[in-house]
Amino acid sequence: MYQKIASFVTSSIAAIGALAALALLPSWSLVLACAVLVGWFSLTRVGRQAWSVAQMGMATLPQRPGAASVVVVGIAGVVGVLVALLSLAQGLESTLRQAGTDDTAIVLRAGSQTEISSSLDRDTATIAGEEPEVLRDARGQPMASPELITVASLPKSSDGRPANVAIRGVEQAAWGVHPDVRILAGRRFTPGLRELIVGKAAAREFKGLTLGSSVVLGGQPWTIVGEFDSGNAHDSELWADVDVVASVYRHGSNVSSLTVRLSNAAHFQAFKAALAGDPRLKVDVSTTRTYYEKQSEALGRMIRILGTTVAIIMAVGAVFGALNTMYTAIAIRTREIATLRAMGFRSAPVVVSVLTETILLALAGGALGAALAWALFGHYTASTLGSNFSQVVFEFRVTPALLAAGLKWAVAIGLIGGLLPALLAARMPVTSGLKAL
Amino acid sequence: MKYLHLVWAAMLRRKARTLLTLLSIMLAFLLFGVLDSVRSAFMEAGHNVAAVHRLVTFSKASLTVPLPKSLYSRIEAVPGVSEAAYVNWFGGYYQTPKHALGGEAVGAGFFALFPEYEMPATERRAFAAIRTGVVVGEGLARRYHWKLGDKIPVQADIFAQKNGSNTWTFDLVGIYHVSAARLESEEYGFYFHWDYFDQASALGNGTVNWYVERVADPRQADRIARAIDALSANSDHETQTQREDAFAAHLISQYVDMGPIVGAILGAVFFTLILLTSNTMTQAVRERVPELAILKTLGFPGRGILSLVLGESVLLLASGGAAGLVLASLVVGLVRARLGAQIPLLPVGWAIWLQGLGLTALIGVLVGALPARHGMRLRIVDALSGH
Repeated sequence: MYQKIASFVTSSIAAIGALAALALLPSWSLVLACAVLVGWFSLTRVGRQAWSVAQMGMATLPQRPGAASVVVVGIAGVVGVLVALLSLAQGLESTLRQAGTDDTAIVLRAGSQTEISSSLDRDTATIAGEEPEVLRDARGQPMASPELITVASLPKSSDGRPANVAIRGVEQAAWGVHPDVRILAGRRFTPGLRELIVGKAAAREFKGLTLGSSVVLGGQPWTIVGEFDSGNAHDSELWADVDVVASVYRHGSNVSSLTVRLSNAAHFQAFKAALAGDPRLKVDVSTTRTYYEKQSEALGRMIRILGTTVAIIMAVGAVFGALNTMYTAIAIRTREIATLRAMGFRSAPVVVSVLTETILLALAGGALGAALAWALFGHYTASTLGSNFSQVVFEFRVTPALLAAGLKWAVAIGLIGGLLPALLAARMPVTSGLKAL
Repeated sequence: MKYLHLVWAAMLRRKARTLLTLLSIMLAFLLFGVLDSVRSAFMEAGHNVAAVHRLVTFSKASLTVPLPKSLYSRIEAVPGVSEAAYVNWFGGYYQTPKHALGGEAVGAGFFALFPEYEMPATERRAFAAIRTGVVVGEGLARRYHWKLGDKIPVQADIFAQKNGSNTWTFDLVGIYHVSAARLESEEYGFYFHWDYFDQASALGNGTVNWYVERVADPRQADRIARAIDALSANSDHETQTQREDAFAAHLISQYVDMGPIVGAILGAVFFTLILLTSNTMTQAVRERVPELAILKTLGFPGRGILSLVLGESVLLLASGGAAGLVLASLVVGLVRARLGAQIPLLPVGWAIWLQGLGLTALIGVLVGALPARHGMRLRIVDALSGH
């Protein structure tokens, strides 16, 4: 009894260790291992023996659907939860990260971590935009976009409850600095008028943001004249003329941030040094890539930790389920295995056949879980409160890499769950096995 | 009860299987306990008894648009408002940008509205007397090793001082404590005088970000909220007044809706668990058919067999579930002790225990029912002859 408990404890420790090791291996190693196994099955004598024993074991699967489905469903649960939570983190991170590039830089007031908590006077914005590292457009104007961020409250389309939406006031320079902003329908807003263009995620997430309709923001009516797509976090925003936003929200002449396009990504350090060296300026500058990466860091990490922890606990549970199933499977086949051994089959084919059976069940479970996660969350959107105190809408990203990682977990669970029962079956004394009922 | 030793013997019949099943059940309930503690931490945010008596008033245009301070005396005069205070949000960091601080510049009488912030009377008087004084929560003081009398320099995010300096220095005069464990996240506040802030700040003078009101009778809250909003109706600074708990709950739900995520995970976990344990019970009964037949021969009634099998499955679930919940309490306790309120976790309280044990009983009966019925309906002759 104590020996058994000790072996369970060591096996579960080994299970966690092996899971961690497998998590570190790249996905292609899995394909390689499969190829080696198939080659062994078809080319060597022992391999052919193992395959025929495995086939025999699998032929009995329909007789025990309950036990087999414990392995399949248990592993499907692990893989499904893992893939879903990691795709949530992935979606959030890539939505924010894609808003940043290496050759654009964002200037904020010294000490400010986010645009909403930053304020720059117009002189500062002009001086920073005139630096030589800033790219100039065809007319010789610096590609520098002063932007004002404010937050309004609008009802969500899902439940009608109000949520925060960011309004970004921009000048004409913004179109050159943000070339990824493409108008999908309608047109750009006219400077000086209370006209809005809405990001496609915001249009979907909030009620009443359809093209041509009117919406009350800051106590004033605005007309929606266009819808845009940028493929990143800006999709959750409403854009309008900076002076109109400033007057409606009584912001004075200050703006929140200045985004500039650099003539070359390599000039960022020079730009940063120039701003730091100017005694008139009290600003912090970072590339937009760093800025947006920082925004998704904390929440993305939290979701990853939560997802991995939950999946590890579930995986250990699934290993116990697989162990249970395979021990029972072997107990049922005691006589059969002993007969094979008496006929001259060596122990390797027996071990491999039990492992093959478990891993095939595990792969079926993994594929089921991954397929479920992809079907349920492949086009699912979620939103959270971003650092600008407004909703950031993002899609779950169920990527092939995540699906492969899920299958890897499935194989790991099958391997660990099958190993102990396989060894037990191989070590079974032939005589007592033949006598077993 | 008199069957207990029989149930026990049945469980020990295949020790490896029983142990593996118990471990699976334990892990499922460990997940249940931990995830439910996360979920309730999100759900309970802002729900405290004192908050029922409080209203908050923000600008209707946006949470970030300031309101004139002149509204204060008019709000105080609204019938049903017993006390009111005004607050300005103040963001910054301590030492490095990694140590972000969310401070509040508060008007006199602010702490009278928050009786759950417990502080010695001497510290209250010190705060009232010292212009640059600051009161912080116990959790925050612990995190940065602050003690009474310390000078605390804070780098402002947005509010520079009139003299151009970005550094605000405060004198720590009070540390408050919150007794209720579920309000632990409130122990990270940083409160200083609005008058000092308003005079020294280069921006936002004469304005406040929000008002807090205390109402004598919570049943009148909606009427009073409407009366407060009527004060500024049709002006250029219309307000929106809400109950504090509703406001907080809504803010949290904008961050993340934990309910569906936790629900989906637990759904997957328990579906697997039911499948696994019912498989175990079916096997256990199938193996024991001749034994059950002998029991019947000896005169055990059908209902006796039924309760034997049901007892076994409920006992299995209950012991595994209780072990899992104990483990969850330990894990949550450990994480909370190490990380404090950085991550949202509530102690595994009686509500979670009650739900968990209810679930074990439910699943136990569910997975035991079919095998138990099978055992009850056994025909002795068939069972003994091995059919």
